Amino acid sequence: MSDREMEEMKKLLKEGLPPLRDAELGRDLWPAMLERLAAPPLRLPWWDWVLLAGASATILFVPGVIPALLYHL
Amino acid sequence: MELLERFAAGDLEAFETLFRQYQCDVFRWIMRIVRDRAAAEDLTLETFWRMYRAHARFDVAKGNCGGWLRRIATNAALDHLRRKRREVPLPEDTPDVPKAPPEEQSELRQTIFSAMDRLSPRLRVAILLALVEEEPYDSIAEVLGISVNAVKVRVFRGVRILRKELSAAGVHP
Repeated sequence: MSDREMEEMKKLLKEGLPPLRDAELGRDLWPAMLERLAAPPLRLPWWDWVLLAGASATILFVPGVIPALLYHL
Repeated sequence: MELLERFAAGDLEAFETLFRQYQCDVFRWIMRIVRDRAAAEDLTLETFWRMYRAHARFDVAKGNCGGWLRRIATNAALDHLRRKRREVPLPEDTPDVPKAPPEEQSELRQTIFSAMDRLSPRLRVAILLALVEEEPYDSIAEVLGISVNAVKVRVFRGVRILRKELSAAGVHP
């Protein structure tokens, strides 16, 4: 591809998608950041751990269920 | 203690100072990649969230907070583009540049966006930054964590695919 073709593509792209160097934020995001910092960390409920342990044990002791599990996924 | 040292030690006030200092720059940078105001605001928060969580890994000796933030922001934007690859909406925030009649320009923009949507996010980001935003290749290489040659290869490959897609849509550069 020549430099001329590259320049033509650049020109076309800039016509369709004007550069956004001067996009303004418009509002202070610090309050939203504080909310995010204050949010409790995501924790899995104990029941999910039980299900995970059960599924792992089943796969470990009854490997024959793996194709069935894969089929249903 | 210096601001960056306090931030690296986990000081929330130092983080707030840095947040206020850089939030506009980070937003503007992300906007140039994702071209969607709502997504850019979310990703700005995500960038600072990642920054805060990684405060202990910040290299105070280098002291380049702006560069570090740009790399985090670029990664966050790339993650967003990967997630949203199949549903890129037409941006409403792009400034009006009256080079063509509005309907024609809107149609052209839609065609270009559809073609861009078929590019992988890494090619798309390279093209947007290099050809649309005219960022220097070395600064693109720095934020993407690759060599300048690798950026050139991505731009070249992306343009080749774009030409094909645009030609198929009846737009000939």
